[in-house]
Amino acid sequence: MTKLYEMTALEISEDIRNQEVSAEEYLYSLFERIEKFDGKIHAFITVVKDMALKKAREIDSKIRKGERLGRLAGVAVAVKDNICTRGIRTTCSSRMLENFISPYDATVIERLKAADAIILGKTNMDEFAMGTTTETSYFGATHNPWNLSKVPGGSSGGSAAAVISEEATVALGSDTGGSIRCPASYCSTVGLKPTYGLVSRYGLISYANSLEQIGPLTRTVHDCALLLSVIGGHDDKDSTSVKISSKNYMSCLRDDVKGLKIGLPQEFFGEGVEEAVKEPILDAADKFEDLGASCHEISIPTMDYALAAYYIIAMSEASSNLARYDGLRYGYQDDVYEGNFDVVFSKNRKAGFGAEVRRRIILGTYALSAGYFEQYYMKSLKIRTLIRRDFEKAFKHVDLIMGPTMPVLPFDIGERIDDPLQLYMCDILTVPANLTGYPAISVPCGFRNNLPVGLQIMGRPFDEETILRAAYTFEQNTNHHKRRPPL
Amino acid sequence: MDKSNRVPIEEVKHIAELARIELSSQEEILFTKQLNEILDYFSKINEVDTDDVPPTYHVIDLVNVYREDKIQRSLMDDPLKNAPKKENRYFKSPRIV
Repeated sequence: MTKLYEMTALEISEDIRNQEVSAEEYLYSLFERIEKFDGKIHAFITVVKDMALKKAREIDSKIRKGERLGRLAGVAVAVKDNICTRGIRTTCSSRMLENFISPYDATVIERLKAADAIILGKTNMDEFAMGTTTETSYFGATHNPWNLSKVPGGSSGGSAAAVISEEATVALGSDTGGSIRCPASYCSTVGLKPTYGLVSRYGLISYANSLEQIGPLTRTVHDCALLLSVIGGHDDKDSTSVKISSKNYMSCLRDDVKGLKIGLPQEFFGEGVEEAVKEPILDAADKFEDLGASCHEISIPTMDYALAAYYIIAMSEASSNLARYDGLRYGYQDDVYEGNFDVVFSKNRKAGFGAEVRRRIILGTYALSAGYFEQYYMKSLKIRTLIRRDFEKAFKHVDLIMGPTMPVLPFDIGERIDDPLQLYMCDILTVPANLTGYPAISVPCGFRNNLPVGLQIMGRPFDEETILRAAYTFEQNTNHHKRRPPL
Repeated sequence: MDKSNRVPIEEVKHIAELARIELSSQEEILFTKQLNEILDYFSKINEVDTDDVPPTYHVIDLVNVYREDKIQRSLMDDPLKNAPKKENRYFKSPRIV
């Protein structure tokens, strides 16, 4: 019999609704997993066992009374620790926010609660979402469940690791330059970065606000569509939220890609992309052709400049967004409390932020400073326009763009952490979706050296349906998503 | 300009000061090295001709959003709970002038 912790959100919510299992016993099965495995994986920073069990009992009692329940009835969700949760510590994996208890819920959390989901806890991440490995967390790295000596990807590494190790049924992450898709690829989960503006960012602690979106990390495409249906749609509290009402993304899940035109950009298979990664992606392309889609080689000439432009923009926005952390109203405050405001402020930020966060703030400050503004920041924004034009042009001829999510297989913890530029290079294939705002998903597409490879599928803005349909069709006709790590 | 030393250590110190981030002397050396490597890589954007190309600050058109001037749920004293130092209902700050 399927264990409760193995079930998808779709299955467990149905069983809870039909009173075949109680939300409480289902939660106990997850807490057992967490207690057994999270010591070595370290996916969670905070687990709210009592709060979650209380909520589960409330849901069970609602069902017994015959009340109607939301679409995520009883489903346990792990939430990345840069998404504000009222009454629960929200740390951003930073010493700066180590003891910060959010006084309000992010809109996505309000929507999860309204759908009767249960918040299980907060997951580990790179500090302020700045990283590709979850190694920059103040609380220590998360380990890849497939091989504990490898990185799980980042920055939403805790969310992906929790989902694939069945410590949580589904999770939320955030994606600024690949932070959902990268760990999805490295942990063999489904991970979607929605179109910019589709999901409210209210309550998402800002790193680079023009690039980031909250999105689901799940074990099946169906759960991804379910979660997106709950969190998506316009929000008055976010001025960058587009006036689109929430949709039911499950209705587009058909096992059918006949006639779909898929573009494979040559730049996604170029220098720096490992053979071990290319092979499963090309196998996936063959699969899509077998299923009735057609694959076409295309070119995105400005791809070569995407990474530099992305980092300059992200760091510039970060330097501004993180200016608010002075340790005064909340956050880390140095005990040595003397000197003027500037001195105290600088000390708090020295001790409160890790090296990568400080590096990015300093680089961003540099790129925005007088004399360099045009050369770096403005130039990057113009290149962003050119990259957008390239993708717009490509999408006139194809319905989807496909390639690897990550250029290399998961690597060892500690292997690249001392060389920031080497780490940035890992984001080369994921940043275009953030610069353009286009939606993109990563789905499991095979294994090499017992490590997962993720297939990235990008679509037109607000056309999550076609992405999800292609991902669903691929999943229905392959078995990669059924594999679980040997814990 | 020497390619590997685009930004001298004095400038890194100055930028860190502007960003209100104290650096140890070891970090000043390390960050200078890393910043120069990273900026070296970034300089490839200069290869692109961007004459007459408008910048994209945001991928969607931003318009001001207004809401009705109606009182909604207030956070009350909750935000004060996170303050490291406070007095009564006030945040306590270091000397500003």
